[in-house]
Amino acid sequence: MPTASDSAAAPLIEMRNITKIYPNGVLADNDVSFEVRAGEIHALVGENGAGKSTLMKILYGMERPTSGQIYLRGAPVTIHTPHEAIALGIGMVHQNFMLVPSFTVAENIVLGTEPLRGAFVDKRAAVAATASLAQQYGLNVDPEAVVDVVPVGMRQRVEILKALYRGADVLILDEPTAVLTPQETHELFAAIRQLVNAGKTVIFISHKLREVMEISDRISVMRDARMVGTIDKRNADEHLLAKMMVGREVFLNIAKPPVQRGPVVLKVRDLEYATEAGVEALKHVSFNVYAGEIFGIAGVEGNGQTELVEVIAGLRAPLGGVIELEGKSIAGLPPRGVRQAGVAHIPEDRLTNGVALESSIQENLIVDRYEREPFTRGGFLRPSEVARNGEVLIEQYAIRTPDGALPVGSLSGGNMQKVVVARELSSRPKLLIAAQPTRGVDIGATEFMHEQLVKARNAGVAILLVSADLSEVMSLSDRLAVMHAGRIVAIFPTTNGLTEEEVGLYMLGTKTMTQAEIERNW
Amino acid sequence: MDQALQVIFSATFIAAVLRVSTPILLPALGGLISDLGGVVNIALEGIMLTAACAGVLISVATQSEWPGLLAGVVMGVLMALVLAFFHLNLKADLILAAIAINILASGGTIFVVFLLTGDKGSTSALVSKQMPFVEIPIIKDIPVIGPIVSGQNLLTYVAFIAVVLVAVFLYRTRAGIHLRAVGENPEAARSVGINVRAQQYLALGLSGLLAALGGVYLSMGYVKFFARDMTAGRGFIALAAIFLGGKTPWGTMIAALVFGAAEALSVQLGNLRIPNQLVQMIPYVATLVALVIYALVQRQRAIARQRKFRQTQTVAVGS
Ligand SMILES: Nc1ncnc2c1ncn2[C@@H]1O[C@H](COP(=O)(O)OP(=O)(O)OP(=O)(O)O)[C@@H](O)[C@H]1O
Ligand SMILES: [Mg+2]
Repeated sequence: MPTASDSAAAPLIEMRNITKIYPNGVLADNDVSFEVRAGEIHALVGENGAGKSTLMKILYGMERPTSGQIYLRGAPVTIHTPHEAIALGIGMVHQNFMLVPSFTVAENIVLGTEPLRGAFVDKRAAVAATASLAQQYGLNVDPEAVVDVVPVGMRQRVEILKALYRGADVLILDEPTAVLTPQETHELFAAIRQLVNAGKTVIFISHKLREVMEISDRISVMRDARMVGTIDKRNADEHLLAKMMVGREVFLNIAKPPVQRGPVVLKVRDLEYATEAGVEALKHVSFNVYAGEIFGIAGVEGNGQTELVEVIAGLRAPLGGVIELEGKSIAGLPPRGVRQAGVAHIPEDRLTNGVALESSIQENLIVDRYEREPFTRGGFLRPSEVARNGEVLIEQYAIRTPDGALPVGSLSGGNMQKVVVARELSSRPKLLIAAQPTRGVDIGATEFMHEQLVKARNAGVAILLVSADLSEVMSLSDRLAVMHAGRIVAIFPTTNGLTEEEVGLYMLGTKTMTQAEIERNW
Repeated sequence: MDQALQVIFSATFIAAVLRVSTPILLPALGGLISDLGGVVNIALEGIMLTAACAGVLISVATQSEWPGLLAGVVMGVLMALVLAFFHLNLKADLILAAIAINILASGGTIFVVFLLTGDKGSTSALVSKQMPFVEIPIIKDIPVIGPIVSGQNLLTYVAFIAVVLVAVFLYRTRAGIHLRAVGENPEAARSVGINVRAQQYLALGLSGLLAALGGVYLSMGYVKFFARDMTAGRGFIALAAIFLGGKTPWGTMIAALVFGAAEALSVQLGNLRIPNQLVQMIPYVATLVALVIYALVQRQRAIARQRKFRQTQTVAVGS
């Protein structure tokens, strides 16, 4: 029998010597030990594919460990299904949301354990329970809204409430901030602190070291399926964490030679667009991008950046305005026409627009040029050429995979993004549109993306960079525009001496430049 | 033309619509459940046909309609569960497995009938039973309404009551809600502890049950014999009805009634001097036309949105 003091000292959760080999032979976790104390916020960091999600899925009963043992309050437990995890008070918010889009917020929260009234589900009780839970933890949601139409931030809160509704004491949040705006992240952190004050324990996965340093009490670092170590926040800093994650020095700052600006490559004037729902997404948007510069667009997500990128890339037809590439109009051309004119596009949603998940890495690397020599001759594809091209690019862009013939879906997020970047840059574009190029991508891969963008810029490519990560756009861009409510509200001719606070005021729409000022900086 | 209009606006015609809609509505409701469960059942046609055949043969053997109904339903559910087993356990492609079942049903039923009667066309040589027709007291004496609502086959009432039951099941019960969750996002359902496979078995099983009722109605209500391929594509028209009905029970019912009206029309016009072959095309043409109209309406809506936007634009610029 453990004494009272023993059990108080025992960690809340202990995962000992966990090894996980997936059926396809991937060793995702290799003899990993991990412990979490009651009432702490414990961050878990590591590069893409390090095994973080796998470890947490094992704790939540979605995957079974190949070997190893889990202890809860010092007692061994087996967790074979999410059901068992829920019964033990463990809840998880997944990296990819697990919501039913056509159901309401309340229906999603009670799903699987709906309150009954006789033989029927009591929807009113579900709404009431949702509202009171939301109130209790300060997680603001609209119980009767259909999930499909609520913003991402609210979906996140729905996921958290879902876990709390099931009585979770331990909450696993797998990259909760990857899809959030800075404001939403801020709100999420406030909610997390409130949860901990209410006696909950939180495990938090993120690639953003600044966030990790802000929110967590202790930090565990994984690398290549192994646990590197756990440290107190007090003894950690971003630099040290980065080094532990990657296993070498990481340059968080971007080195850039002075800009050598060439002629105008992309000219956009009075561009207008409305979404299918009739929302005006772009209002008289005008700017230039010059050869050899990185033109950044900052802004809170949802202010027209996505639409701007997709209209230029030919994925959506503009309602009016001018888009010219080196003087020739490309407005309204289909994506292939836009690409043939010399535009490359790294899309923000790589899973749907960037890669074909089931196709091989090699095939994904030629999807924009498969019909041309040398990949096709006489109407037939030449697999040997496709494979050779794949080998070259995999080597050149350091894509980590045992075999280029594997499906892209088997790669980690960061390596998937490298496939996209390799394809787009190897098409030798005049203009590269990079939308959220480092979202959900680890530090090592982020550093790599930044190097590649700067390299392309130095080689004279015009680059249009859109990112919700303010520090990223500010440090990479030579010139910076800010979008708010579908308009360009400012263009800064240089980012030297510019502060995030200053740009933030434009992002929120509290400050705008005059039209004359903006035009001067076109 | 006059004659045709008279036909359409008579109580007899509306009663005929209900009669003819029944074998579309029942499988459509089954198909709806399977579709919402993420395992759309393309084998409705074959299941109906098998149930129609089994019902007749057992009613002949027992000289009673009830064992026939039971046999038809059991066969239907079994076939749907076989489909489920192939797809969910053996990971066979759902569409291909369903096509196999349809072909098997078409050949298998007539083979069995031939073995038993020596006739390759139908069971008309046998004396089979029919499900009862129900006269509803009081209502049957109301003018106009009476002849429409009263005196229908038991299974016609079952079909329309099933609309309500299916709606309640899908939207008010735990099982129905879990089934829809599984159909829309199986991972989400699994992560809250719902057994995805069990729900899909349920969805396919129920679709088999409802399709079988439709099949039994055809051979033991609508007519009183089994004939080769007598379902005549109703299992597929049912799938179109689900789609046109916006994947809701009530919408599906309305779509089934529209198709039923088209077919009733073709039956009535058969009495006039219009070539029979032309008239018999009506239900199928109606299906096609309905699908085209549906697509056009969707497109029109999108265009209207754009136009509305442009108008607000010019107003803004003009002012
Ligand atoms: N279901 C699966 N089947 C096979 N391999 C898998 C599966 N899920 C993950 N893997 C592989 O296991 C390894 C670890 O993946 P995991 O998702 O745990 O990484 P992660 O640390 O969460 O990465 P990220 O930061 O990109 O989310 C990767 O190589 C991944 O490709
Ligand atoms: Mg992960």
